[in-house]
Amino acid sequence: MLDLKGYGPSLLEGAIVTIELAFMSLALALALGLIGATSKLSQNRLLAGAATTYTTLIRGVPDLVMMLLFYYGGQVMVNNLSDYLYDAYDIDFFFQFDPFISGVLTIGLIFGAYMTETFRGAFLAVDTGQVEAAKAYGFSRWHTFRRVMIPQMLRHALPGIGNNWQVLLKTTALVSIIGLTDMVRVAEQAAKAERSPFLFFIPVALVYLALTAGSELFIKWLDKRANVGVVKGE
Amino acid sequence: MPEFIATWLNQNDIFNALTVLHYWDGLVTTVQLVFLSLLLGLVMALPLAILRTSKNWLISGPVWLYTYLFRGTPLLIQLYIIYYGIAQIHGIQDTFWWLIFREPFYPALLAFTLNTAAYTTEIIRGSIVATPAGEIEAAKAYGMSWALRLRRIVLPSAARRAVQAYSNEVIFMLHASAIASVVTIVDLTGAARNIYSRFYAPFEAFIAVALLYMALTFLLVYAFRRLESRLLRHQHPAGS
Repeated sequence: MLDLKGYGPSLLEGAIVTIELAFMSLALALALGLIGATSKLSQNRLLAGAATTYTTLIRGVPDLVMMLLFYYGGQVMVNNLSDYLYDAYDIDFFFQFDPFISGVLTIGLIFGAYMTETFRGAFLAVDTGQVEAAKAYGFSRWHTFRRVMIPQMLRHALPGIGNNWQVLLKTTALVSIIGLTDMVRVAEQAAKAERSPFLFFIPVALVYLALTAGSELFIKWLDKRANVGVVKGE
Repeated sequence: MPEFIATWLNQNDIFNALTVLHYWDGLVTTVQLVFLSLLLGLVMALPLAILRTSKNWLISGPVWLYTYLFRGTPLLIQLYIIYYGIAQIHGIQDTFWWLIFREPFYPALLAFTLNTAAYTTEIIRGSIVATPAGEIEAAKAYGMSWALRLRRIVLPSAARRAVQAYSNEVIFMLHASAIASVVTIVDLTGAARNIYSRFYAPFEAFIAVALLYMALTFLLVYAFRRLESRLLRHQHPAGS
């Protein structure tokens, strides 16, 4: 049997941290993606411009650089803010910027940009007749968005969401670099202490492989379900 | 050097000649690392992609397993396994390989090459499989052999279809190369981390490097767009 030299439990805890990080980042990314896509498609030039700037900037910068900027820069900004609040209004406010929060913010922000593109394409793929029909029924704009656009858009967005999720999952490994004790960091410390890199890194790699393979199956199943009512051409 | 740049350099504490030189060294390392790994990865990926399209499972299976393993795990783990693992190979310290692999640059180059080769293999395979069946039938009707068909018909048209996806892979690799700084390589990100810890100035250190990466990214995007419109010019006849 695999002998992890007593590191088994902390590796497992690290794996749970990785999964939590991935899901929280996904939630943030989906929210940002939805906001970004609706802004990009809106008539308001300012909103559309802001969303385009956001997606362009994010795609130009490596995830690790952004993470370092958020982690080190975020704390400096919070410190300045708390100094200012204390001096000006006597408010005692402090907030520790930990690696987990920096990780969720960075990964969420990065994949929010990718989700924006996914959702934008999916919204455009919804038949315009559907929106017209909703108008004819007297649906309000919000009602049309929630009842007609979102449900029909999701089917088109699903493959893109799946791809982004797979990449996101692998990006979580980077948060170990800014000091989060996820499974990569536990494995790295154990590998250094025990001088046996293969013993610790290969199981971690296999956990990632299991996660990506499992997600692939789940997304395929969701996709099949979402497309039940669609007659394929050919 | 123009006067205003010189005065600006003299006026701020962080961007003096020494740190700018440090960034420059980092930029050179990043470009070397990314360019070499992409080149070697592409050279590896082409034969692998051809093997991957084989109908014989004994030939395509191992290639599938390789790409599956390298695409299903984070690059950071692959880097750690290679970087820490190579030193553990029994007796490597006595061979000449150790002269090469004790520098962190080469384990990183190996990890990046294997990773990008896996993704590129799948990209090329995808575009080979998408070759219209009629083109292959026509080539067969002309009596072309398998090798000639591959060289004259399949690969040129597959290359055109692959450019778009490959440009994404190139940019992905540029961004992924930032993790080289984790194994003590002073690439762009490594330079920024050094400068950050020296001056405790996160914004200056990391925003400067972010802008450099952005410039590199947009340069690549522009170059690939030019290449793509050149390769696909038969689809945009003059005047359209």
